[in-house]
Amino acid sequence: MKPQNLRRLLLTAAGAILLLTGCQGVKPWQRGQLADPLLNPGRDPVGLAMSEHVWFSREAASGGRGVGGGGCGCN
Amino acid sequence: MNTSRRNFVSGLAFGTLAGTAFPTLLNAAPAKPGTPFPDLAKAGLEGTVPDLQGKVVLVDLWASWCAPCKKALPMYAELHKEFAARGVVIIAVSLDENRKDYDAFLKKHTFPFTVARDPKGRLGDDLGVTEMPTSFLIGTDGRIHSVHSGAPGDKAKAKLAAEIEELLKK
Repeated sequence: MKPQNLRRLLLTAAGAILLLTGCQGVKPWQRGQLADPLLNPGRDPVGLAMSEHVWFSREAASGGRGVGGGGCGCN
Repeated sequence: MNTSRRNFVSGLAFGTLAGTAFPTLLNAAPAKPGTPFPDLAKAGLEGTVPDLQGKVVLVDLWASWCAPCKKALPMYAELHKEFAARGVVIIAVSLDENRKDYDAFLKKHTFPFTVARDPKGRLGDDLGVTEMPTSFLIGTDGRIHSVHSGAPGDKAKAKLAAEIEELLKK
């Protein structure tokens, strides 16, 4: 193997090792923060419906989330 | 594609695959039936663990933030009521990392069985727990009889009761 290719291979291997060490396994009992109700975007159904209404009216995106209509914000 | 680029792409693909597989491999599978259950007295638990020698034991691993775990706890209270007089021991080991959450939960709820806490998740690690809740039914020989993972279904109590009966007859 040419020295140039070897150097590239080593750099690639070093990159792979960096990727490997960058991974962190989350154990099932370490998911308490993720299970926090604050992380649930639908915890306030009324607030969610209102923000959805504003969003689809502003973006003319009605129907984008399963709601029928023409994007006028009148439904 | 030239050689160096091929090396780079294959290295990157390998690294990414290995990186994503690595966390999964850490928790490959829970301990299997037939294997000895770890000694709870040496597991570094917070709380008093009763003498388990020669007894049928049900160990449940739960956490205060885990909704299906909270659903399962009353079922264990019913099983305790049914089998405690016959020597069956139920222990609910919390894997809560946050002591305050654990204490707050136990202030609101009281259970007739033993409740302890594994602050460092050592038991969860030793038993290869992949889901919350996971419970282990242990025979009088100290070996795991069965493993129950995930939210308990409608027939969970009847199934556990039948297994406990089976172990008590041995």
